Amino acid sequence: MAEQMMHDGAAPLMIAEGLGKTYGRLVACRDISFNLYSGEVLAIVGESGSGKSTLLQMLSAQLTPSAGRVSYRMRDGVTRDLASLGEAERRFLFRTDWGYVHQDPAMGLRMAVSAGANVGERLMAVGWNHYGRIRDTATSWLERVEIDTSRIDDAPRTYSGGMRQRLQIARNLVTEPRLVFMDEPTGGLDVSVQARLLDLMRSLVSELGLAAIVVTHDLAVARLLSHRIMVMKGGQVIEAGLTDQVLDDPHEGYTQLLVSSVLPG
Amino acid sequence: MPAMIELTDACKTFTMHLQGGIRLPVVRGVSLAVMPGECVVLSGPSGAGKSSVLKMIFGNYRCDEGRIFIHHQDATIDLARAEPRQILSVRRHTIGYVSQFLRAVPRVPAIDVVAEPLFVAGAAREEGRSRAGSLLRRLNIPERLWSLPPSTFSGGEQQRVNIARGFLPDLPILLLDEPTASLDAANRAVVVDLITEKKRAGVAMLAIVHDDEVREAIADRIVDVTAFAAAA
Amino acid sequence: MTAPVYNFAYLDEQTKRMIRRAILKAIAIPGYQVPFASREMPMPYGWGTGGVQVTAAILGPTDTLKVIDQGSDDTTNAISIRKFFAKTAGVSTTTSTADATVIQTRHRIPEAALSEGQVLVYQVPIPEPLRFLEPRETETRRMHALSEYGLMHVKLYEDIARFGHIATSYAYPVKVNGRYVMDPSPTPKFDNPKMDNCAALQLFGAGREKRIYAIPPYTTVVSLDFEDHPFARYRHEAPCALCGADDSYLDEIVTDDRGGRMFVCSDTDYCETRQASGHRGSERAAPHKKDHAHG
Repeated sequence: MAEQMMHDGAAPLMIAEGLGKTYGRLVACRDISFNLYSGEVLAIVGESGSGKSTLLQMLSAQLTPSAGRVSYRMRDGVTRDLASLGEAERRFLFRTDWGYVHQDPAMGLRMAVSAGANVGERLMAVGWNHYGRIRDTATSWLERVEIDTSRIDDAPRTYSGGMRQRLQIARNLVTEPRLVFMDEPTGGLDVSVQARLLDLMRSLVSELGLAAIVVTHDLAVARLLSHRIMVMKGGQVIEAGLTDQVLDDPHEGYTQLLVSSVLPG
Repeated sequence: MPAMIELTDACKTFTMHLQGGIRLPVVRGVSLAVMPGECVVLSGPSGAGKSSVLKMIFGNYRCDEGRIFIHHQDATIDLARAEPRQILSVRRHTIGYVSQFLRAVPRVPAIDVVAEPLFVAGAAREEGRSRAGSLLRRLNIPERLWSLPPSTFSGGEQQRVNIARGFLPDLPILLLDEPTASLDAANRAVVVDLITEKKRAGVAMLAIVHDDEVREAIADRIVDVTAFAAAA
Repeated sequence: MTAPVYNFAYLDEQTKRMIRRAILKAIAIPGYQVPFASREMPMPYGWGTGGVQVTAAILGPTDTLKVIDQGSDDTTNAISIRKFFAKTAGVSTTTSTADATVIQTRHRIPEAALSEGQVLVYQVPIPEPLRFLEPRETETRRMHALSEYGLMHVKLYEDIARFGHIATSYAYPVKVNGRYVMDPSPTPKFDNPKMDNCAALQLFGAGREKRIYAIPPYTTVVSLDFEDHPFARYRHEAPCALCGADDSYLDEIVTDDRGGRMFVCSDTDYCETRQASGHRGSERAAPHKKDHAHG
């Protein structure tokens, strides 16, 4: 029984409670609560201005909430309020146990530095001090994200959009984070490139048992990647649940509109 | 022995907000039970809500009223009120679902599509692939296709890949939505054999089958869904 | 004709006090870049305005000043700074490392070991070692504050990936007192080990960027490296052509337009001192016997 508790009843990885953000009279996010467990992928969908990016910034401790709080279960098992972390701890979390995949790879990569160093940087930041081992690890990550390893010494500015995005993913995953934030990870890519990227992310997430929070306006991305979904409108979560349940049996009018606006796949 | 599936007064209505909020009742008062080793076939004309009942049991459609009890990991869980992660756990460990259509992931080879439920449950690559391979062989999918993504296959081949994926893991409950719809006689016979084997292994099955011959072969009991038709 | 009257060492007393406060703070936090209100000096940026202000702030009437540029006492830059202080402070000047109490330098550390009581003042063009990889000053300051120095190894990684070894040969980053990563100004990495546990006080002034930093005497200074690519000094594989020294940093001098060249000590005082005590290199021992004229 205790073992059962450990396995299925483990504490949530992240807890959001009554999160809100206001800018003066403008309400960007209101009263958002959820639990995220290890290995779960949560999609946050909604159109521009629905508050999903604001929410992602609060969850990733880049923006201080006006109300409520976000707690995270650290690697030592202690769940802590993100607001109670010092800046050094927060940045360390960001470099090790978290990943953040930006829509624009130029935001998440060092464009003038070689691919190998882009991947190796997070290792060096946690004290790896052996060139050969850093390079071997970077090489194996390039392989995993299907980048030709002969390009390891090229800077990402010489890469295509899809390659850059895959490199960004490798750079984030090299420290084996437990939680990855993704902000429109397939935005701005060709459809065929998107499919390959989605497939890659899907298999990496399941192989590594990652938890992920994916912000997207693309319901196909949400369907393929996520277990659960939250639909946002006007800064509030209007519908939430299992991804296939919400998309196949949407209850709210707005969700029905979103679902019916998608071209059949 | 507890029932593996037990529905009491389950009810489902669609509210179409985009059409002025009209309510489309689908089923009401659904009550049925499926015991281990039993195959129950749902009957009724199309549109009677047979697929909706399966989807409610799989957690794909939400249940507005009533209960959906599932025997899951030595306990009973009400799927109508379960948390998303509990439903995911039920899908991983208890309920398998074979739909009419394969939702193929681009670029994933057929053999991995089939073996994926085993991988998710923690099986090793080689073991998963070898088991997937023998099932594909049984379903007459030539070996040269195994490494190709099924999106390029014919309808019948895709259907058989889907069947293999659904039948491969050893789950105690299987939901079958017209598994033999586009199969030839030889492959239909294979599916009937597979169902018979599952029964012998104690699997509880709830199926929708239009082919009289197949229904005859597999059904222990037939439940007519028209009885649950919601009065419009 | 009356010559203009300068305050002692050119700067006014208030300015010197301000600079001394910055210096004291820099000494208290080894390797940390202390901002200071850098003044306009009667010479262009890039000519050592930071070093000159530090020297002006610490110089006393009894000091003896030596100024070197790339190890040499007799280049334009070194001569004009030496003359500047001879005129404005009336201090005595020297070219001898051993005789100097204050040595202002651009790009070299003298070969002769420095001793307690001496001060070495470096002219620094770009004080921020993280700048080339992280252009945001707000971010680099935060990285220093939190000791996030992974980025420094990214630079070294890039070197090895491109050239097979750490090719950075000057401004080679060091960690001071186990805490701050510091740019040792564009001195060759050959000189880096001399900074470690040095008996003299080392002060660094960056005029354009308005920063002062310091290494107090006997402070640990470690050059960054990888386990499998350890830090190594570099010098040309040759003895000095003039004094025969095989342990000094050498300048390469092209002697003709056919590829002829020779290597001589970059530190002119060191070379001349050795020659005066009888050491000879190939050029002196056996004068050139070439079929073309030179010299």
